[in-house]
Amino acid sequence: MAGSTLEIKDLHVEIEGKEILKGVNLTINGGEFHAVMGPNGTGKSTLASSIMGHPHYEITQGSVTLDGKDVLEMEVDERAKAGLFLAMQYPSEISGVTTSDFLRSAINVKRDEGDEIPLMQFIKEMDEALDYLEIDKNMAQRYLNEGFSGGEKKRNEILQLLMLKPEIAILDEIDSGLDIDALKVVAKGINKLRSDNFGCLMITHYQRLLNYITPDKVHVMMQGRVVKSGGPELAQRLEEEGYDWIKKDLGIENETVEQNA
Amino acid sequence: MAVETKLPYDKQYVNQFSEGRGEPDWMKNFRLEALEQAENLPMPKPEKTRIKNWNFTNFEHDVSGEKVNSIDELPEDIKVFLDQDPENVIIQRNGNAAFSSVAESLKEKGVIFTDIRTALTEYPELVQKYYMNDAIKVDQNRLTALHAALLNGGVFIYVPKNVVIEEPLQTIFWQEDNEAGLFNHVLLVADQGSEVTYVENYISQNNDKQAVSNIISEVIALEQSKVLYGAVDNFAQGTTTYINRRGVAYRDAKIEWALGQMNDGNTVSENLTYLMGDNSYSEAKSVSVGRGKQKQDFATNITHYGKFTEGYILQHGVMKDEASSIFSGIGKIEYGGSKSNAEQESRVLMLDHGARGDANPILLIDEDDVEAGHAASVGRVDPIQLYYLMSRGISKTEAERLIIHGFLAPVVNQLPIESVKNQLTEVIERKVY
Repeated sequence: MAGSTLEIKDLHVEIEGKEILKGVNLTINGGEFHAVMGPNGTGKSTLASSIMGHPHYEITQGSVTLDGKDVLEMEVDERAKAGLFLAMQYPSEISGVTTSDFLRSAINVKRDEGDEIPLMQFIKEMDEALDYLEIDKNMAQRYLNEGFSGGEKKRNEILQLLMLKPEIAILDEIDSGLDIDALKVVAKGINKLRSDNFGCLMITHYQRLLNYITPDKVHVMMQGRVVKSGGPELAQRLEEEGYDWIKKDLGIENETVEQNA
Repeated sequence: MAVETKLPYDKQYVNQFSEGRGEPDWMKNFRLEALEQAENLPMPKPEKTRIKNWNFTNFEHDVSGEKVNSIDELPEDIKVFLDQDPENVIIQRNGNAAFSSVAESLKEKGVIFTDIRTALTEYPELVQKYYMNDAIKVDQNRLTALHAALLNGGVFIYVPKNVVIEEPLQTIFWQEDNEAGLFNHVLLVADQGSEVTYVENYISQNNDKQAVSNIISEVIALEQSKVLYGAVDNFAQGTTTYINRRGVAYRDAKIEWALGQMNDGNTVSENLTYLMGDNSYSEAKSVSVGRGKQKQDFATNITHYGKFTEGYILQHGVMKDEASSIFSGIGKIEYGGSKSNAEQESRVLMLDHGARGDANPILLIDEDDVEAGHAASVGRVDPIQLYYLMSRGISKTEAERLIIHGFLAPVVNQLPIESVKNQLTEVIERKVY
């Protein structure tokens, strides 16, 4: 089988003593695009952040493995080196570090000492990626995310995604705050990576992202769990009918994690 | 009284020292008067830093330093501060002129770039006109008076009207002798419409021996001139430093400071710019790293007199081990300085629990029609920033390194000489890790 497999089993996560995820199960194989959808406050972003190792979240139960290796035992940088990537909803601004220098460091940590990417090759690859994503070339010399608009930050996340070529990418609301033209460009970048060796988990509120990136599987989260899974047609129905029918089917009154199960 | 009030050198000594250097009478008298004043003046009183027990008296004053015929004769750790074949550079050894090179093209235009000892004999009137006059007074405190009395090194720079110097002028003040005290004076006069970039390096290696450096810089930026003043201070642990860098900007003049303050010993540093003329402008950027048990006090002050003046202060400090530092930013707008803008930012990054850092923003405004603002913060490396960088595969150590270098970049990036920039980066690296 080509590509890597990310397996999430019975994942429970707390923040400041409050349980947000209450047993999430998901498996993403290389070559597959999954969408996790759901209303606000149902734990979608927590899922993304805790897979990557965000310092505010505490895993209390369950497992996350990448090709059988225990991801939760790894430091954040080791997770990246193992092949995971998270496009963040709110990327940090790092003053004094240019996007270009940062990207080169990030590429080189995956390579052996003495086998660093040659500067000319790096510049060529970055120029191509910048062109592909219709990003102004100046961005490479600007400090990482500093003073970037919301849309620029999102494109920069996709730029990093294209340059770092992970096995499995998680995209946390990559579509939020983008106008339709920017959304198309971002989708074009993500689609470029589609191959048997690349798996993707997209987290989104809106079906509109899925008009441009067709998912293989769609999952709905409520109350800190995946409550329904299906194919692309599930996203279509959510777009048309909203979430109420699922709540009705499952007898859920309050879909957020606030409720006491 | 405490020990430090006793003067280490007397009238007879100063008299002889001045005569030995063939100084004009006015200078000799200037020294002697200053010495007399020093006895009764108080020590400087930095904000929140006690300097009572610091060594200001234990040093050798008159130490020789050999000349070198070419840059190749310099040791490697001095040579690294120089780019390949620098055109305009003065190197001093224990305060003595050791090497000097000035482009012929500059001399032809009337540019003066020479050691202060030579300047006092060759251009006495020009020096006298500006020396400790507009930018700083002898009687400011005991240490400024002592400086005037014991001056033993420095350079004089004069850029004539409308002369624009493209290449930077560079100095290296190298305290080779571990006990040599340095009373260094940099006097930079940019005449009307001129432009100059100056970069200085202070170096000593006295980790165990005690020494003192008492330094004053004066930048006189006449109408419509532009001065960029860069510095890397790197005195070793044994040197107690008092450094006072002053600027006066007249109408439409611009003074930019980029100071890398990387001393390892106790330091009091003041950087004060007077925006005298209308539409004058100053940027005062400084970065520092504190380590070990060193104590430092940094005050950056821009005082606005003219109308439509702009002053921007930026101070970034990294504190580790048990080092402690105070960063005061003072934006002062005098009555009459209308339509002026005083902005400042002071940030301190703490790397260890034992370290101390204070950011102390002060705005003193005596005029209604002005703008002013300040930002100050003291904190640790942001864990969310670390997480973000690490999520791309960068190790925690490397991520911290990137954040710290980024934090200190505003000054590093401003230095116009590549080798000095690299040296500052290396010093930062050495001090932080």
